[in-house]
Amino acid sequence: MANLNFNNVYIKDYFTIVGPKEKDSKITNYNLKFDDYYFEEKTFELAEIKMQRLVILNLLNKNNLSQENINYIIAGDLINQIAISNYTMMDYNIPFIGVYAACATFPLSIILGANLIESKNAKNIICLTSSHNLTAERQYRYPVEYGAPKPTTATCTVTAGTGAILSNDKTNIKVSSALVGKVINLGINDVNHMGAIMAPACADTIYNFLKNNNETMKDYDLILTGDLGCVGLDILKEYYETIYHEKLNKIMDAGCEIFLDSQMYSGGSGPCCLPLIFFTKILKSKKYKRILLVGSGSLHTPVLVNQHQTVPAISHAVKIEVLS
Amino acid sequence: MDKEEYKNLVKKKYPKQNKLKNMLIAFVVGGLLGLSGQIISRLLVILFGMSVKVSYSVVCLITIFLASLFTGLNFFDDWVTKTKCGLIVPTTGFAHSITSCGLEYKKDGMITGLGANFFKLAGSVLLYGIISAFILCVIKVVFYG
Repeated sequence: MANLNFNNVYIKDYFTIVGPKEKDSKITNYNLKFDDYYFEEKTFELAEIKMQRLVILNLLNKNNLSQENINYIIAGDLINQIAISNYTMMDYNIPFIGVYAACATFPLSIILGANLIESKNAKNIICLTSSHNLTAERQYRYPVEYGAPKPTTATCTVTAGTGAILSNDKTNIKVSSALVGKVINLGINDVNHMGAIMAPACADTIYNFLKNNNETMKDYDLILTGDLGCVGLDILKEYYETIYHEKLNKIMDAGCEIFLDSQMYSGGSGPCCLPLIFFTKILKSKKYKRILLVGSGSLHTPVLVNQHQTVPAISHAVKIEVLS
Repeated sequence: MDKEEYKNLVKKKYPKQNKLKNMLIAFVVGGLLGLSGQIISRLLVILFGMSVKVSYSVVCLITIFLASLFTGLNFFDDWVTKTKCGLIVPTTGFAHSITSCGLEYKKDGMITGLGANFFKLAGSVLLYGIISAFILCVIKVVFYG
């Protein structure tokens, strides 16, 4: 499949909220933090919904936009039937597209939004993702208070909400091209090792994106992968070199960048991982001009894993240019 | 790269864990827990004049109570992780799994939440425990009268 090219799509603004564990992490420059997993709500799910609502509210207020100015909201999260996004959108009079690509949700929403703007069917679109450590933990793993030790390959879902406004108004952050990935399954069924599940999908997307654009690694200042974690990133590097005979340098993994100590196992995960690091670290550092965002999602379903099926993965890429 | 080769690559990159150290921690912590149970049992016998059999049941109740209480107070899970499961000797582990499920699902309603999920983790232990107890009883009755 060929890459999608965009000439007229920009990121106008973004907003990030982080949870209790993340505020003590390597992440700085976030817009809002909260100290309590409940976020003054009754359940963790309601807390995550509140997080999404606050992201939308702040994005609108910061940019003096009203709901009528937003043509679509594209949102996704980790919870069954993307329940969090659905419930968030009840309060808004804005057309809504719900997407699920696990931890690759953010690039997927950017790709869909960019297409709508490029085809002149929309002017302003909000791309929204969130994840909450305890809602995800409860759905995919054990009850929150159950103390099962995890292997060192496991990742920890970040608690965060992130949103961005895509627009056709020119800004200095340009979305210039993208590639929609394929579902790839190399037979790994260890759900405590998401990095190994996602690495082949990531490699396939990076290789095909560069090939379609006739580019090499030299054309980029940074390749930022989603949430492979430190162990997963290591696997990706070796896998890429073995398969495509090319070294992956200038690569960074968002999951590996989040937590301070090794207590958080292999790193962070969740759909918010990539946008959180991209917005709070990469863009703020002003060091990188041409960035390839590669979100990777492990399409993990507990039911099928219990039925002894292996876990498929998908990866989407978006090229971002920071104009001066 | 086929699936087999990839599996080998993943295996190669798997971070090494100090299994011996983990086992030693679990062994020592679990042993200390057992030892403290034995001490409490002796104290009960000496101080309250309980029979040894009754004191064991009381010790069991105390450990169940404490494991549940500490789970509810939000730090038992960290202890379990830090002690590499050494704290999960049968009674405390069972209490911990049930309390954590109870806490998790209490907001989903008494029937559909708490009731339906209370034994989510402990259910297998119960089911197969009861089945194996039944089979052993049958064997005992058939062969030993």
